[in-house]
Amino acid sequence: MLKRLRQFFRFPGGIHLAHRKEASSEKAITQLPLPEKLILPLRQSAGATPVPIVKAGDKVKKGQRIAAAEGWISASLHAPTSGTVRDVGDYPVAHPSGLAAPSIVIEADGEDAWGERQPFLEQTATEYARQVFNPERVQHYLQDMGVVGMGGAVFPSHVKLVKAPGIPLETLIVNGAECEPFVTCDDRLMRERADEIISGLIFLTELLGVREALIAIENNKPEAAVAMQNALAARLESVVHHIRVVIIPAIYPAGSLKQLVYMLTGKRAPIGVLPTQLGVQCFNVATIHAIWRAVAHGEPLIRRIVTVTGDVERPGNLEVPLGASIADILRYAGMRGSADGCLVGGPMMGFLLPHGDAPIGKGIHCLIARSPQLFPPEAPESPCIRCTSCAEACPQGLLPYELYWWSRAGDFAKTQRYHIHECIECGCCAYVCPASIPLPQYFRFAKDQLRAAAKNQEMADQARERFEFRQFRIEREKAERAEKLAQAARAQSAKRAVEQAGASSAPPTSEAEAIIAAAVERTRMAHEAETIDPKPEPGNPA
Amino acid sequence: MNPFSAPYLHRPVSIQRSMNLVLLALLPGILAYLLLIGPALVVQIFIASVSALLFEGVLLYWRGKPVKERLHDHSALVTAWLIALTFPPLSPWWLTVIGVFFAIVIAKQLYGGLGQNPFNPAMIAFAVCIIAFPALMSQWPAQGLTLSFSRQVEIIFGFAPHLDALTSATPLDAIKTALKTDVLHDNVQELLMSQNLYGTFAGRGWEWVTTAYLCGGIFLLIMGVISWHVPLAFIVSMSALALVCWLVDPTRFADPLFHLFSGGAILGAFFIATDPVSGCATPRGKLIFGAGAGLLAYLIRVFGSFPDGIAFAVLLMNLTAPLLDLYCQPRVFGALPSMPVKRADEEKEDAP
Ligand code: SF4
Ligand code: SF4
Repeated sequence: MLKRLRQFFRFPGGIHLAHRKEASSEKAITQLPLPEKLILPLRQSAGATPVPIVKAGDKVKKGQRIAAAEGWISASLHAPTSGTVRDVGDYPVAHPSGLAAPSIVIEADGEDAWGERQPFLEQTATEYARQVFNPERVQHYLQDMGVVGMGGAVFPSHVKLVKAPGIPLETLIVNGAECEPFVTCDDRLMRERADEIISGLIFLTELLGVREALIAIENNKPEAAVAMQNALAARLESVVHHIRVVIIPAIYPAGSLKQLVYMLTGKRAPIGVLPTQLGVQCFNVATIHAIWRAVAHGEPLIRRIVTVTGDVERPGNLEVPLGASIADILRYAGMRGSADGCLVGGPMMGFLLPHGDAPIGKGIHCLIARSPQLFPPEAPESPCIRCTSCAEACPQGLLPYELYWWSRAGDFAKTQRYHIHECIECGCCAYVCPASIPLPQYFRFAKDQLRAAAKNQEMADQARERFEFRQFRIEREKAERAEKLAQAARAQSAKRAVEQAGASSAPPTSEAEAIIAAAVERTRMAHEAETIDPKPEPGNPA
Repeated sequence: MNPFSAPYLHRPVSIQRSMNLVLLALLPGILAYLLLIGPALVVQIFIASVSALLFEGVLLYWRGKPVKERLHDHSALVTAWLIALTFPPLSPWWLTVIGVFFAIVIAKQLYGGLGQNPFNPAMIAFAVCIIAFPALMSQWPAQGLTLSFSRQVEIIFGFAPHLDALTSATPLDAIKTALKTDVLHDNVQELLMSQNLYGTFAGRGWEWVTTAYLCGGIFLLIMGVISWHVPLAFIVSMSALALVCWLVDPTRFADPLFHLFSGGAILGAFFIATDPVSGCATPRGKLIFGAGAGLLAYLIRVFGSFPDGIAFAVLLMNLTAPLLDLYCQPRVFGALPSMPVKRADEEKEDAP
C-alpha cells in the first residue's frame, strides 16, 4: 500500500547513524502533570522578541496572549495555563550560553481554565476544502496564535505562508523525517494524531494552492507512515488526491531543509536562495499539527511534545506546557543517578544544558539525560591530517578541514570564501573525524566572529557617513557664509554705485541673489532637521 | 574549544586506527620482501621504528606537546616502516637513522608536527640520503644472494665490510644502463633475462613483493583508509606513458607491466602518494596529484640519474598540492552546474 519513493535524489555526504529510538518510540504520548510555575522566555522564535502585555499580579487565562508580536518576523506568546503573572524579568533560558533572558513567570492556579477561543475555521475538516481563504488573514491569525516551526528552527510559520512573487508554489513538503537519533516525538505524533496532521495539511494545500504535497518519513518509522497513509485513505479521494506519503532512506541529515527538498524534488537551492523561490515550501509535522489546533480549535501554541530519553527510568514522549522546567520533566521521567547532564535537542545538533535547569521552549523536541555510558567521552583533539573524511560526509559539499584551518588561524574572511555560511552545523564532519576535532564548534565560533565583525563594520560605516556628512555641512556652511559676505559686499557696492549713479530702482540681480540665498538656507535647515530625525536602522535584523 | 559540544555521537575512528591499518596493510609486502632478501629487513624496520619513536618523543617533549598521546597516533611508525622499505635492506644502521632523523625531526616536527608537514617525511629521508650517499643508497643485494642472518646483521652494524660483490644492479638500473650505453637486445625483456633479472612478469623476485604491496593497497581501499583517486591516477598515468614509450621503441623501453611491478611504483601509488597530509585533499586535486606523480616517477626512473623516481616525483607533487587544491575545490551543494564555481581566493563573497 505504501509507495516507496521510486527515485529519490541522493544529496552529497550524509552519514548513517544508529537510530537508538527504541527506548521511547513505543511509548504513547502522555501529559506532564501541570507544573505549579511556568517560566516563559519572551524570545521563542526567530526574528524580533515579542513585547510583554501583562505585568506582575495580572490574572491570565489559558491561551491568553501575554506578549504581542513585534514586527512581521515575530510571533505572539500565550499563557499555557490559567494563573497569575508573578514576574516579568530575566531568567535563565535553554541556550548553550546559559545566559538569562526576559521572561514571564506564571504561577498556575490549577484550574487550567481556557480563556475565549476563536477558531479561524467554523466548519469541519472536509467541508472547508475548496474554500477560498484570504491568505493575509490566515497569516495574521497564525502570528497571533504564536505558531512557529517546531522542528528546532522556530521560524514563525506565518512568514512561510507568504509566496514568492511570480513563482507558483508547486510542492509542499511535510517533514516527518526526524533524522536525529533518540528523538521520537514526531514519530508518536504521526502515529497518534495523523488525522489532525492531515486536516492541517489539507488546509495548507488549499490555502497555498499547491500542486502536490509530500509527507516525507524516514524508513525507520514504518508505523508512522502507515498511520499517515490510513488517515489519508479515510479522506475523500477528491480532497487528498495530491497528497502522498513518501518513505525516504534514513541518512542523516535527511530532515534538513535543503537536503530534504533535493531528495524529494531534485531541486537544489543555490546559495542564498530560499526554497519558496524554487516553488517548494516545507513544514514540520508538529508545526502542521499546531497550525491545525490553532485554525480549527483556536488554540495558540502553548504546549508541545518532548521526547524524554537517555539515562532515565521511564523514557517516553511527554506533552508539556511551554515554560515547564526541564529539571522537573527529567525528575518526572526518573533521571538516574548515573546521568551527569542533560542534552537539549538531539545528540547531533543539541547542546548540553549549562545549568541544571531552564524552561521548555517552542523549539525543544528532545531531552536526553546524558551518562558516560550513553555518550562515551570523546578522545582529546588531535591535529587534522587532511584525511578528507569530513568533506566526504558534509551534506553541504563544504571542505570542513579548510574551514577548520582558517577558523583556527583566526582568518575568518577566508572561512567565508570557503562558504562557512552554508554550514548547517549538522555535525556530520565531527562525527567522522578521526582526529576528534569538534569542527562545528569552530564553525559556530567563526560565524559569531564574522557576525560581530559585520556589526562593527556597519557601525563604523554609519559613523563614517555621519562624519562625512558633517564635514560636508561645515564646508557648505563655510561656502554659504562666504557667499553671503560676498553678496553683502556686492550689494554694498551696488548700492554705492546706484547711489553714485543716482539710479531709481534696485538692480534686479541682487534680488535674484537674495532669492537663491533664501532657498539655500531653507535646504540647509531641512538637511539639518533630517539629521536630527532618528533614521531607521539600516541592515536587516533577521 | 569546548569539547562538550555537539555532536555528542562519534564514529569509533581515530588517527591511530588509520595508521594501524596502514601498518597492517604493509605486512604482506614485508613478508614477501623477507622471503626475497632475508631477515635483515626486520632489523632495519626495528632500527627505523625505535629511532622514529625516539626522535618524535624528544621533539614533542621539546615542543611542549602531549608526548604519550601524540606518540600513540603511530604516524611515526608508518614513516619509519616506509623508510625501512625504501632504503636498501643492507644499508648501514646509521644511514637509516639519518634518514629517520630527516624525516621526523626536519620534515615533520620542525614544520609543526603531524598534519603540518608540506612534504612526505619518508620521501624527504630518501631524497636527502640518495643525494648525500648515492653509492650506499644504490647498493641493492644481488639476486639469489643468500646470507646468514648474523652476517646480514654484521653488515648493517658495520662489523663486516659492505662488499660490492654482494650487490648488483636492480632491473631498473639495468634498463637505464642499457638505454645509455646502446647495448641493444631485441627487447628489454631479453636484456634482463641475459642478466638473470627477469622473473615471471617483471623484475625477478620484486614482482612478488610488489604484488603483495598491491594486496595491502587494495585492503586499504576497501577499509576506506585511502581513496581510489591517487592510486588509480598514478597507475594509469605511469602505464600510459610507459605504453607509449614501449610501443615506440621496445628495444629500449620496458612494457608498462614491468614498470608497475618494479621498484617502488605500487608502494608509491598506494602508500606514499596517498599521504593525506602532504598530498591533495580535493577529489580532482587527488587525480591530478596521482597522475603527475606517476608521470614524473616514470620520467625520473627512465631518464634521470637516480635508480627510482618515486621519491622525487612525490616531493615535486607535494610542492604543487596547495595550488592544486585551491583550483580544484568541489562545488558547494546547491550551486548549479551552470553557476561559476567560485574559488576561495576570489575576493567576492556570497550573500549569506
Ligand atoms: S576528518 Fe578531521 S582529520 Fe580528517 S580532514 Fe577532516 S578535520 Fe581533518
Ligand atoms: S557541520 Fe557544517 S561543515 Fe560539518 S558536515 Fe555539517 S554542514 Fe558540513
